[in-house]
Amino acid sequence: MAETVRMPQLGESVTEGTIGQWLKKAGDTVEKYESLLEVLTDKVNAEVPSPVAGTVSKILVEEGTTVTIGTPICEIAVEGEDAPSDTTEASLPPAVAAPDARTAATASSTQPAALDNVHRGRYSPAVRRLAQETGIDPQEVQGSGAGGRVTRNDILAAAEHHPEKSEVLTGTSEGSSSPTIQETAPSAPVTISGAVAVVEDVDTLVPVTNVRKVIAERMMRSKQTVPHAWLMVEADVTGLVALRERLKDEFKAREGVSLTYVPFMLRAVVEALRAVPIINAQWNRDSIVMKKRINIGMAAATDRGLIVPVIKDADQKNIVGLAKASQDLVQRARMGRLTMDDLTGGTFTVDNTGAVGTVLTYPIINAPEVAIVTMESIVKRPVVVGDMIAIRSMVNICLSFDHRVVDGAEAGQFVGAVKKHLESLTTQTSIY
Amino acid sequence: MAVMTYLEAIRETLRQELRRDDRMIIYGEDVGVRGGVFRVTEGLQAEFGEDRVIDSPLAEAAIVGTAIGAAINGLRPVPEIEFADFIFPAINQIVQEAARIRYRSNGDFGVPLVIRAPFGGGVHGALYHSQSVEALFAHVPGLKVVIPGTPYDAKGLLASAIQDEDPVLYFEHKAAYRSLKGEVPDERYLIPIGKADVKRQGNDLSIITYGLMVSYAQRAAETLEKEGISVEILDLRSIRPLDVEAILETAKKTGKVLVVHEDNLTGGIGGEVSALIAEHALFYLDAPIMRLAGPDVPAMPYSPPLEHAFMVTPDKIAEASRKLAKF
Repeated sequence: MAETVRMPQLGESVTEGTIGQWLKKAGDTVEKYESLLEVLTDKVNAEVPSPVAGTVSKILVEEGTTVTIGTPICEIAVEGEDAPSDTTEASLPPAVAAPDARTAATASSTQPAALDNVHRGRYSPAVRRLAQETGIDPQEVQGSGAGGRVTRNDILAAAEHHPEKSEVLTGTSEGSSSPTIQETAPSAPVTISGAVAVVEDVDTLVPVTNVRKVIAERMMRSKQTVPHAWLMVEADVTGLVALRERLKDEFKAREGVSLTYVPFMLRAVVEALRAVPIINAQWNRDSIVMKKRINIGMAAATDRGLIVPVIKDADQKNIVGLAKASQDLVQRARMGRLTMDDLTGGTFTVDNTGAVGTVLTYPIINAPEVAIVTMESIVKRPVVVGDMIAIRSMVNICLSFDHRVVDGAEAGQFVGAVKKHLESLTTQTSIY
Repeated sequence: MAVMTYLEAIRETLRQELRRDDRMIIYGEDVGVRGGVFRVTEGLQAEFGEDRVIDSPLAEAAIVGTAIGAAINGLRPVPEIEFADFIFPAINQIVQEAARIRYRSNGDFGVPLVIRAPFGGGVHGALYHSQSVEALFAHVPGLKVVIPGTPYDAKGLLASAIQDEDPVLYFEHKAAYRSLKGEVPDERYLIPIGKADVKRQGNDLSIITYGLMVSYAQRAAETLEKEGISVEILDLRSIRPLDVEAILETAKKTGKVLVVHEDNLTGGIGGEVSALIAEHALFYLDAPIMRLAGPDVPAMPYSPPLEHAFMVTPDKIAEASRKLAKF
């Protein structure tokens, strides 16, 4: 028999989702709860677990296609009828011989519930208390409740299956570590649960939005798995400031967008990436992927949190093209109009932290990229120029890099190239 | 032990108590010659005489007011309000007087009074013969409110109410009168007021309810059992005072609570039960407390489809339970 998988509801007000990537192809076998595909909704990628174990028999919706919630997106052929009785799922016994229409409808709706993961990571007071008492980490338990929620009974069943675990861990005050070894990864990352917040009566609790969850997950993964190294150079951008000052009014009138420092920075980064290609790479465990395309992600603050739209083939654009592309992306990001294509495929990230007014930041790498660069505030400072003190417009360029892939020498070369490019700009530089 | 209807259990208890205690009197509209509109008091006037089973004027305030006076002066009046819907003219007597006399007199005077009143809908009684009024009285300190859900409880609770030294409201569901049957011992026995009863043991969720809804919940639980959902049913029996201990015990046991009553949702007993659980058993809850109750519309409609829509039914209880079990 074939199980139809439908587009899940991945958020309260979400009405449609885009197929980001099929992680399984037709003919692939899939375990229950194994990730089946990535869905993009409301600018968030979420992995959708398979509701059943079986073989993917038919993919109904291609990657990149947007469909409404509930639309069938693939079919999974389920082998045999040997129900996994070891799971804690509250499966309906076949005793319901002739269910009436309503019962049947209710019964059938228990299956796609696993797809709707709104409750993942949210635990009832009973679950939290039992988790503490038994030492079971609810994150390791497959939820049988609505929306994949881990129920009280799931924890109790898990505690029964791992009595030794509850014994070992009850005594320790440390959070439980995750021994989940489902992947064949040589060393699964150790998850250490964070410190527990102290909530007092006067405090308010703000629910974590989907965007926030994605940010949290990615930042933590990057910080925990990527050995970050950091350095900074300062660049004299007096020429750039003068150039922009000369061009900005005319540029705005002719091109319809404001001329900021961002496209110049992007241009300098593109030049530097060409000069030091190891910065435009990705870590792939036993190999390093040298990316051919230069797609630059731009960190953008929105009401819903940080997102990073990507300028594709930034090396093929001049200052005007970069100015238009970057402003278009930022504007659409703030309006929530980005497509999946806008958000994927980055090979390097630029963060215009100067917009926030900082002069020094330590950015987190947008893994699997291997470096991220910031452009800090441009400030006038007294500096020594040819044994004289002069007032110059100075900017700091900060780089975080993945020390597995990039060493200090290459990182220095890269920021040196950015600096050199920025300092070479004068009022006479052509922007076309 | 005889099998009796809910109505017969009440009648036989009244008879037994009238025989046992000659201070007890019954009065109300049509309770004497006619034996009550539902025949609850049938035959009692013939056995105990016009002085103890008295037909009263159609004046509820007077029925309760004189009963309070009789009670203070040593009798055990058990007046009947013909329909709970008509109790409103007597509210001043019940709330302002009966409930407060013990407090007001610093304990010198009590009002050993039992007001019986048929309540509830689902019997095509329409606007003025279908209401559930228990929550209004459950709000008042100084009153006790009991609502039996089985013939057995009907007898034991009524005997306790009559024996009680303070005013007790005893509400009887009209639809339960002849539809509920069960074994009732012949001998006198007391069911303590303020004690709930686990009518069914279960593990997946608890239904906390009272009155007619107990039997509806039992029917729902039987359906759900076939679907693999194990339901515990707690019959409150007394809604003032509530059996806090029993409520918390079942909530802690299953972690999922559905409170069911026919009375309107807002301000109903379900709110009080939910608050108790939220206050005292939060860390045992595995799901939000759920309430299933009559809708907040002014009255039970006469139109059969609308009446059905208003009523809490075994199907609706089963549906809500499934939702909660699945959570």
